[in-house]
Amino acid sequence: MKRFLARSRGPHQNERGVETIVADADGIITYIPQLRRYARALTGDFTSAEDLVQDTIERGWKRMALWRPGSDLRAWLFTIMHNLYVNQLKAGRRRTSQGIGHNEVDLPVSPAQDNQLELIDLNKFLQRLPHEQREVVLLIGLEQLSYDEAARVLGVPIGTVMSRLSRGREQLRSMMNRGSSAAQLKVIK
Amino acid sequence: MTAQSAAISETDIHDYVDGGLAQERRGEVETFLSGNPQEQARVRSYQEQNRILHAFFDPVLAEPIPAKWQTSARRWPFPAKAVAAALAWIVVGGLLGWFLRGEITSRSAKDVDFARQAALAHTVYTPEVRHPVEVTAEQEEHLVNWLSKRLGGKLRVPHLADLGYELVGGRLLPGDQGPVAQFMYQEPSGKRLTLYVKTDPSSERETAFRYSQQGKVAVFYWLDRRLSYALSGELQKDELLRVANVIYQRLNP
Repeated sequence: MKRFLARSRGPHQNERGVETIVADADGIITYIPQLRRYARALTGDFTSAEDLVQDTIERGWKRMALWRPGSDLRAWLFTIMHNLYVNQLKAGRRRTSQGIGHNEVDLPVSPAQDNQLELIDLNKFLQRLPHEQREVVLLIGLEQLSYDEAARVLGVPIGTVMSRLSRGREQLRSMMNRGSSAAQLKVIK
Repeated sequence: MTAQSAAISETDIHDYVDGGLAQERRGEVETFLSGNPQEQARVRSYQEQNRILHAFFDPVLAEPIPAKWQTSARRWPFPAKAVAAALAWIVVGGLLGWFLRGEITSRSAKDVDFARQAALAHTVYTPEVRHPVEVTAEQEEHLVNWLSKRLGGKLRVPHLADLGYELVGGRLLPGDQGPVAQFMYQEPSGKRLTLYVKTDPSSERETAFRYSQQGKVAVFYWLDRRLSYALSGELQKDELLRVANVIYQRLNP
């Protein structure tokens, strides 16, 4: 709220503040596609992902006053999304390993046949990872955050990010090797 | 194993996969990998993971943004009285945007959508420090051949070095009706332009340059028979038009 108090000193500052807020709103809109991509991969479910994006936008806008202009808006939004997601998991509101989504996950993986059209179900593999590892693998591998940025978004030391990344990638690798023949891994070329 | 390769850490391996290492260190990691087939297989698998993640989830980027999010971001009610003025401005901005949008839509919704997609792709990829492009300008021939093959038409990439814009490279993106190519240029100050290209085999239309302002991003777009182009940049309109003209001339010598 500091920014608002400071702004009430004079009309000139008021105007500048207004401009900043309009720019911030545009800023959030700019990052919606990336927030959606991350949420889709993180939750593995269209509806949960869209809800998570919705909550992130709303909270982001409500807390815009706490965002420091000049700092990285994208990382800040990812941080909000991370906190919301973890809170959801804690509250158990989201269907997790016992939910509907998981029935699918438990289906036996069909043995690798000659059927090269069968694509790996990446969602299934991602959802099998512990969420801490899934977040790191996605923030870095998909959203292309630096290791530092990922550490700040997740609020953990960089060493923790690196060990989660190592474990997450190694787990995915073994799932892919087990679940699919090499040919099936080639999604598109 | 050399002394250098012995020093390759787990972090280096991941940094290599994610393209975060300086050129020299990359070389050292490559030397290390060439003598370690197991590590090499691991690195390939991780690179493949990143590629598959993008193949699966990048199409989400091209999904139209629901109107409710555009308005919720603009009209979220602040409790503080101090920002009533801000809200008024936001509403004015929203209304203005809405009217302008109406004006634009009446021209040709589909073409403007093309400009919007181009601006969106510009906004998403130009801030990338580590992976602005999939294939760099060093492999220009491969880049052009690959994208031509995927788009199903002969593409050409204009050189703009004399205008101060060096080709960075390009990438393949999902579009509404199939693959789209994006070429990226950069001037020494770091300012970037993107040229967004799609093919439409059924089109024989040619249009003049059209202009669209998408947030901070200015877009000039035009149809040139089977190819549609959109040039995007955070530039003044005149400056961008000058570049668009040069591109048009170089594509139609």
